[in-house]
Formats: sequence, structure tokens, C-alpha cells
Amino acid sequence: MFTLVKDTLISQVVTLWGVFKKIFVKADTVEYPDQQPYMFPRWRGRIILSRDPDGEERCVACNLCAVACPVDCIALQKGEMEDGRWYPEFFRINFSRCIMCGFCEEACPTNAIQLTPDFEMAEYVRQDMVWEKEDLLIDGCGKYHDYNFYRVAGKQIAGKDKGEALNEAKPVDVRSLMP
Amino acid sequence: MTLEVGSGLTIGLILGTVIVVAAMLIWVERRLLSFWQERLGPNRVGPFGLLQVVADMIKIFTKEDWVPPFADRFSFVLAPAIIMTVILLSFAVIPFGPNIGVVESNIGVLFILAMASLGAYSVMLGGLSSDNKYALLGSLRAAAQMVSYEVFMGISLLGVVALSGSFNLRTIVEAQEGMWFFIPQFIGFVIFLIAGVAESHRLPFDIPEAEQEICAGYHTEYSGMKFGMFFVGEYLGLVLVSSLITVLFFGGWMGPSFLPPIVWFALKSGAFIAFFILLRAAIPRPRYDQLMSYGWLFLLPLSLINLLVTGAIILST
Repeated sequence: MFTLVKDTLISQVVTLWGVFKKIFVKADTVEYPDQQPYMFPRWRGRIILSRDPDGEERCVACNLCAVACPVDCIALQKGEMEDGRWYPEFFRINFSRCIMCGFCEEACPTNAIQLTPDFEMAEYVRQDMVWEKEDLLIDGCGKYHDYNFYRVAGKQIAGKDKGEALNEAKPVDVRSLMP
Repeated sequence: MTLEVGSGLTIGLILGTVIVVAAMLIWVERRLLSFWQERLGPNRVGPFGLLQVVADMIKIFTKEDWVPPFADRFSFVLAPAIIMTVILLSFAVIPFGPNIGVVESNIGVLFILAMASLGAYSVMLGGLSSDNKYALLGSLRAAAQMVSYEVFMGISLLGVVALSGSFNLRTIVEAQEGMWFFIPQFIGFVIFLIAGVAESHRLPFDIPEAEQEICAGYHTEYSGMKFGMFFVGEYLGLVLVSSLITVLFFGGWMGPSFLPPIVWFALKSGAFIAFFILLRAAIPRPRYDQLMSYGWLFLLPLSLINLLVTGAIILST
């Protein structure tokens, strides 16, 4: 009898009091459209394509992002400039598939593809969720301000021969015996 | 016309107020629940979200009023009307103030118990005519729950009736001049509170419509305004139980004279409505068999003992 009263009544009354006290606690709710939350710079939101400090496209169309993408939402086609630079002829992200996982950003060897804190991407027409290269490309460097792939990479382009990149040694002449 | 018992103005005011209060409770409940769960609740429509009820009403009136082809049409339509009617009829005998009420009835308590029994038909018919297994389970549970909780709901009131010597609710309120009945009849009060929750099948005793187990129970197949009537009927039941507790155990309209009697009545009933919402926020739903054994094996003997002791004390003094 005592345990019955203890279990049924006292514990319920304690619960009631505990819940009642919550009326004096401030609500956790963020009233979103009126009250904008602070978005951290590393938030994984809308995807952009950045340019290097010289204003050239960073993307070299290596397809690593498309391979890494778990939902296959990235499509691109390689093209080659006259000076030897590679670039994407088209670069297409289907944001209705994208899950904002950030694998493409991790896979990118040139810091071209980056995720931004923007997440308000709703559209009325599904086709509008497919973004082309001109929609994705921005004028700045994104999160990495002084990285320029062609200046540090060994790839030979017009105006920069083998061994002329930053911190790069001259190529070794394997037929010579001189040290 | 003046405010007096049974005048057309009084009846109209009571009817209008009760229905508007029941509709507003939809908003009040959502808001209070959210405060107890550290949320904000509906606050977008109008000031503090007060017009949420209007928005809900517009939505529910413009919804398709659909009767399933496999349902028994007559009783399907009849069921929601029954619950609204019997609960609104129960308000007829409640004395809201010294000169506010619909009828003077010498069998007020019995009338309300009878109407509560009739309310069970609404839930049973609704579930039975839907021809849906979840609805049938819900109405089965509802029938068993309401029949068994009615038993000691009545018995717990007998202590009050014995103390005041009348079945007339107005006389019962006037008999509480010296002391409110919840002090001598504390056990009766607690039993009536629990039985009242079970009768109006509110949480934690909303076993007939337990969403997590059986969809929406007896009103699974209902939509549009027919569902709205079940919904408002539930809130009307909440208002009814709260005002009954006020009348029977907390001295009805009585209180210090700096406020008019009707305000005291509203304040007391409002406190109980808030308490019922707190119950919903805090207490989990018991299992069906737990509810039944709790009722028959614990509350029924307790209410009988309460009646016995009350009778003995009245006889010896």
C-alpha cells in the first residue's frame, strides 16, 4: 500500500512540480526569419567555385569532386586553354541532390570548390536547383586567400616552364653525370 | 432584460462564452504546453498568436467533409453531435454566479452524471460506425474506461452531497460558505479529479485516442468539422470538469468581495484548466490494463472508504 502511494502519487507530484517550474525558463526557440542565427565560417552550405588571387578560375577539371560526391550531384567536362591550363567547360551541381557533406571540398586539390554558410536555397521550380558554372563561380578566393595552384604546381603552362614554380627545384638532367 | 437564472440573455451569454472559451483553449493549451517544454508555441498569427484559433477555424471549415463509403452513415454523423450536445447540456445546471445559470435543478449532480454517461455513446458510436480497426479498438477502450471511471466518479461526489444535503449544485455552493469542501473531502476531491480526467479522456488518460498506439482512436476516420466537433467537445469537457471541481469542492463563485463572483469562478476554473494542461505536459500515459486495475482495485475501494468515513462522521456529529 505504501509503495503504491509512493509510486503513483508522490512521484507524479514531483514530476508535476518539475515540469511546472519550466514555465519560468526562457524558451530555447530561435525565431528564425526574424532572428538570424550566426553562421560559422566553416558551415557546410551552398557550394561555390572560387578564383585564385590573379582572378583565374581555380578549378582544373580533375573530376575528383565528382568522384568523391556520394550522391553524384556534380557533373563537369574538362577543357584545355591554349596556354596549357585545364578548366571545366561546364560545371553543374544539382542542389536538389546535394547533401552538403563537404566531400568535394575535401577532395579538391586546388581549393577551387568550397562550401559557404549560405543555406537559404529554396526554389519553386525543381529545375532551378541545378546551378551552372556561371552561377557557382565567384569573384573572390573564398576561404584561402593566397593559394594559386599553377604557381606552386609542377604543371607546365605557357610562361612557366618546368622547375619555375615556387619552391620547385630545377629538373634533373638524368643523362648528365655532373653533380 | 437583466442577468437572472434562466433568462434568455443569460443563456445566450453562457452558451457563447463556453463555446468561445473552449475554442480559445486550443490556443491556450498549445501555448502553455510549449512554455512547459521550453518552446514558444504558436505566436505568429495576430498578437501573441491569439488569432491562431481563427486560422484553425477557417482551415477546418474549408476542409473536405468526408464520410468513408464503408462507414455507417447515420451513426457516423450522429456521433460528433452527441458529444457536443451532452456536454453543452451539462453546462445548464452549473451555477456560474449567484444569479447566473440556466436552470435550477434539484438533481443537478445526477443530471451531470447522466450526461457524462451519454457522452460515452458518442465515442462508442463514432468508433463503431467508422468500421476501422483502430477506431474500434479506441471505442472499446473508451467504453470500458468511461463506464468504470463513472462508478467512483459518482461515489466520490456522494461525500459532497452528504455534507451539503442536496443534489442541487447551487445549494452545494451555498453550503460551502464556511469551509470549501476540498478540506473535509480531500480524498473525494482527488478521486474526482482523476475520474474527471478519465471521463473527458484527456492526457494522461487519453487511452481511447492514443496516437502512438492506435492512430487517433475513435476519431481516426473523421475529418473536417465533424472532427472539429470531437475536438471542441474534448475542450468543452475540460471546461466542464474544471467548473464542476470549482463548484463542488472550491466554493464556486465565492471569494473575497473585491472581485465580482463570476471572476472568482473564472479564476478558479482557469486554474484547474491550467492544471489539466500541466498534467498533459508532465505525466506519461499508463497502459490500458494499468488504468483499469488502478481504477477498480485502488480508486473504487478508496472512494467507498471515503464515503463510509464521511457518513460515519456526519452521523456521529
